Amino acid sequence: MPWIFRQLVRLVVVLFCVTLLTYMIVNILPGDVAIVILGNLATPEDIAGLRKDLGLDRPMLVRYFDWLGSALSGDLGRSYRNGEPVVQAILDRLPVSLQLMVMAQVIALGIAIPVALLSVRRPGGIFDRISASAAFGFLAMPNFMLGIVLIYLFSVTFDLLPATGFTPMSEGLWDNFVSMILPSMTLGLIEWTVLMRVLRSDLLTTLKEDFILLARAKGLPPWRVLLQHALRPSSFTLITILGLNIGGLIGGAVIVEQIFALPGVGRLLLGGIFNRDLILVQGTVAFIAVGFVVINFLVDMLYAVLDPRVRHVRFRS
Amino acid sequence: MSASAAKSTVVAATRPRRRWHWALALPLGWLLLVVFLAITADWIGLPDPSAQELILRRKPPSAEYLLGTDNLGRDMLSRIIYGARTSLIVGICAPFLGFLVGGAIGMSAGYFRGKIDLLAVGFIDILLAFPSLVLALTFTAYLGQSLFNVTLALGILSIPAAARVSRANTLAWANRDFVLAARTIGASNWRIITREILPNLLPPMFAFWLVAISVIIVAEGALSFLGLGIPAPQPSWGGMIADGREALDVAPHTALIPAAVMFATVLSLNFVGDMVRNMVDPRRSAL
Repeated sequence: MPWIFRQLVRLVVVLFCVTLLTYMIVNILPGDVAIVILGNLATPEDIAGLRKDLGLDRPMLVRYFDWLGSALSGDLGRSYRNGEPVVQAILDRLPVSLQLMVMAQVIALGIAIPVALLSVRRPGGIFDRISASAAFGFLAMPNFMLGIVLIYLFSVTFDLLPATGFTPMSEGLWDNFVSMILPSMTLGLIEWTVLMRVLRSDLLTTLKEDFILLARAKGLPPWRVLLQHALRPSSFTLITILGLNIGGLIGGAVIVEQIFALPGVGRLLLGGIFNRDLILVQGTVAFIAVGFVVINFLVDMLYAVLDPRVRHVRFRS
Repeated sequence: MSASAAKSTVVAATRPRRRWHWALALPLGWLLLVVFLAITADWIGLPDPSAQELILRRKPPSAEYLLGTDNLGRDMLSRIIYGARTSLIVGICAPFLGFLVGGAIGMSAGYFRGKIDLLAVGFIDILLAFPSLVLALTFTAYLGQSLFNVTLALGILSIPAAARVSRANTLAWANRDFVLAARTIGASNWRIITREILPNLLPPMFAFWLVAISVIIVAEGALSFLGLGIPAPQPSWGGMIADGREALDVAPHTALIPAAVMFATVLSLNFVGDMVRNMVDPRRSAL
């Protein structure tokens, strides 16, 4: 299977370049972490000593390959700030980000699929036009803006949902769920627009196919034609976009986590950038990039599995 | 089937067109207003956007302060207009920078194909795999927060998208007969790229640029929102929304007004961008 092999090689090359690039960018950041830790009053000897302890006195490329070696065995080093292992820090935050990601996707799909199905029943009709305008409007909302508006509506005006703060699952499933509603709505209410548009246009294409004509000719009611015959073959682009979203959100959503004070991977990264905690930033970015690339790779594979036409063309060539 | 198809294409072709033209007046008018105010901000008698009047903080809109005052008693209207200046400078310059570099990369990749194409696509892949906000954050943290550095960082971020658009379009145009004709009469690669392909690339690039402006304005807002954009006293819409968030319960206008202005601007840009894309994209307009 030369196609899969070529994809794998590409995956490895991209990952190598991304981590190297991160390492270089993060390491030319100004602000010596030794000074950040020791404070402004530290003597040059202290700083030099700490730099040596942290391994910062060695050349950058040496440090990179050192880091890469241990990263491949699952060790991303320890935070310069508090000595916490970076892998542990990421794993602690990951469930929050994953929950946010899943809930946001559920909301986005929950709006996108019904709206797309209803709007292709009569393209150009009143529902189609209203939903297209709504999608256009939501697409123009930056997430930090929508987050603020949602807080204003649901917390300040009606006092229905908590504005910020996170309740861990261990302290009650319901409280946890409630604390995640606004953050995931902020993501989902923007995301559904893209999913809906893609699904709608694919559905319109599918509905022109002969097998739909056959299904109609058999006398099936329109909703069965849509749900049972048109939806599945129209969902490939949707899945691709969904994969891109999931890949993008695996590292958390920096802004949404910041607005709602959620302890996710995104805020971990932001804190690392502010604190000049290079090793933490390096590890988190590498994790995010790997997640993004690997998920996209998997989606490419899934695409080939789901659509026989893609598989056929690719495997023959 | 043909009757209903013909009917639907007629509906699709005539009705939206008339509606578009009417509906276009509002977003275009808004954009012109924003641009006009941003340019003339110094000469229309606005109070200093950074002048603080702590006794008058968080005042709702009134005759004296048309849009009220913010957390530090600064005039909101003035800050929004000067903020428009920030947004427009970054929004227009950053994609332009990205298009100069990305456009060149994409055109060479699409025209020369082979190894150059492979290299360019790999480069684009790497930039895309890198979390964009992180790149912008590290960049501004590294270079220092200033208007120029924020523009530069966001400009670099727009390189991959610009490269993709120009590569795809170059691939499509480079195989056309008139390019072959130019090559037959002995035109150099440089001449073919600049005289035959580039002019055809400009309309789609322009349409994409309009959309890129709104994306970059949002990105600049996000950076400022996180406190890593334009430095503090200089007003920026994202920064204003972030400031207003602290007083959402007592003075919601401090966050909601800049949010509404930003929304209107981004919406208008998307609207006009869509319109232009429909006009220049033959696949979408001709049929």
